[in-house]
Amino acid sequence: MKKFINNVDDFLKESLNGFGKAHNDIIKVNFEPNFISRKTKTKEGKVSLISGGGSGHEPMHGGFVGHGMLDAACPGFVFSAPTPDQMQAAAEHVDSGAGVLFIVKNYSGDIMNFQMGAEMYSGKNDSIITNDDVAVEDSTFTTGRRGVAATVLVEKIVGSLAENGGSLEECKKLGEKVNKNSGTMGVAFTSCTVPAAGKPTFDIGNDEMEFGVGIHGEPGRKREKIQPSKIIVNNMLEAIIDDLKPQKNEKTLLFVNGMGGTPLTELYLVYDNACEILKSKGIEITRSLVGNYCTSLEMQGASITLLKCDEEILKNWDAPVHTAAMRWGM
Amino acid sequence: MSVSFLISQAKNIQIVIDENAAEIEALDQNIGDGDHIFNVQRGLKLVVELETDIKNLPLQKGLNMIAMKVLSGIGGSSGALFGTFFMSMAKTPDLDKNIDFNKACEMVITGINAMKERGKADVGEKTMMDVLIPVSEKLNELKSSNANMKEGLSEIIKIAEDRMLSTKDMLATKGRASFLGERAKGHIDPGARSSQLIIDTICKSLINK
Repeated sequence: MKKFINNVDDFLKESLNGFGKAHNDIIKVNFEPNFISRKTKTKEGKVSLISGGGSGHEPMHGGFVGHGMLDAACPGFVFSAPTPDQMQAAAEHVDSGAGVLFIVKNYSGDIMNFQMGAEMYSGKNDSIITNDDVAVEDSTFTTGRRGVAATVLVEKIVGSLAENGGSLEECKKLGEKVNKNSGTMGVAFTSCTVPAAGKPTFDIGNDEMEFGVGIHGEPGRKREKIQPSKIIVNNMLEAIIDDLKPQKNEKTLLFVNGMGGTPLTELYLVYDNACEILKSKGIEITRSLVGNYCTSLEMQGASITLLKCDEEILKNWDAPVHTAAMRWGM
Repeated sequence: MSVSFLISQAKNIQIVIDENAAEIEALDQNIGDGDHIFNVQRGLKLVVELETDIKNLPLQKGLNMIAMKVLSGIGGSSGALFGTFFMSMAKTPDLDKNIDFNKACEMVITGINAMKERGKADVGEKTMMDVLIPVSEKLNELKSSNANMKEGLSEIIKIAEDRMLSTKDMLATKGRASFLGERAKGHIDPGARSSQLIIDTICKSLINK
């Protein structure tokens, strides 16, 4: 294992410390229980948004705390769901009385811990669960699809509505709409190494890729030989389009997300390939996002997310945001 | 059952889990993401470290402290599930009286039922519940009979092992392995394996007492 690390047990603490110092103009890191909150108090009447999950996906979620997005984020150990006391403490810290909306990715550990945190918190609260990953089947008999990169879009868009006075019910409704209108497909070229494990999560040949990988290096649809980017991107988009069924000329947001170990040069190449393919299918791209937002440690690979946009989604996407990882309009 | 009994069991379990850590980690990497063993090890360490703080406490209080430690110190699915287990055990009535075998069975059954509720998983879904639910059912049978305790415990060891092995050919419908579909087949569930080891350790120590 080659990592910037002093001691496995201090890995998360030192990283959170650095995050707090680097962005002390907008956020504050609280320890034991661990949560990241905005530096300023939630204004009265504003619904608070709290997300969280295992660490290792940075900048998700701590990098999305700030004006126009989250009020707090609860980081768990690397790839392990955070604990209920973190969510309870974060909710108590940020709630201004208008209630708390928890944004949870569809993974069993996250669901259970957020549920317990919500039960332990005495204030008004509700939750939305993201499940945008089209790589795995959605069925009432399974845990369902995974919540992955579209969670970033949900946090941005609902964050704007909350900032502009949306009620808890309205925020939940918009979050569910964004989730329902987005689909994500991921591909990995290499594995990632969890610090506590010290070795790669899975073995993969030099000429292989995992199609439909999750954000923890958990296997996806199939293992394949690596192909030219245009073919990989086409296969990813086909899986998304099959699921999302966008109409001809429907407006979409195209989000190319890096898994952590793939350079931006390649991500923009993927974006170019995706644009050409979508254009040939008559799908209009009206907004874009390219970069490392929902990562899997140092994994090489990328995911593509397509979000079908209506006026409400576009308006809230364009609204000002100021967080460690996303900033525009202010 | 007493707090010091729980701590001494945790110590025994810690040894067995450490011995089998590599195997459990490998199982998890096949069908999950590899965090299960670290969560279990971290939880056991935290419970063992509680010893001086809780060893003289009444059972209910000790269980609640273990529950909070497990809940806040582990994370992942294991933290929520084992935390729920201890929290619910602590809610069994009459814990201030002498805890005989029947009462201990009742406590464990209460705890496993609460885990089932929290995880919304049942038998046949390739999770730790494939081991825990049949064990709970057997305890319920033993509790209301006059069966020989040691024979009963031997049967439980066998049930836990059979059920752990049975997860190998299952399709997962709950937990992270459920995302794999057919690819999860052929691998024993890591949570089922760690739960089976825990049950095996406790039963063997009671038989040899």
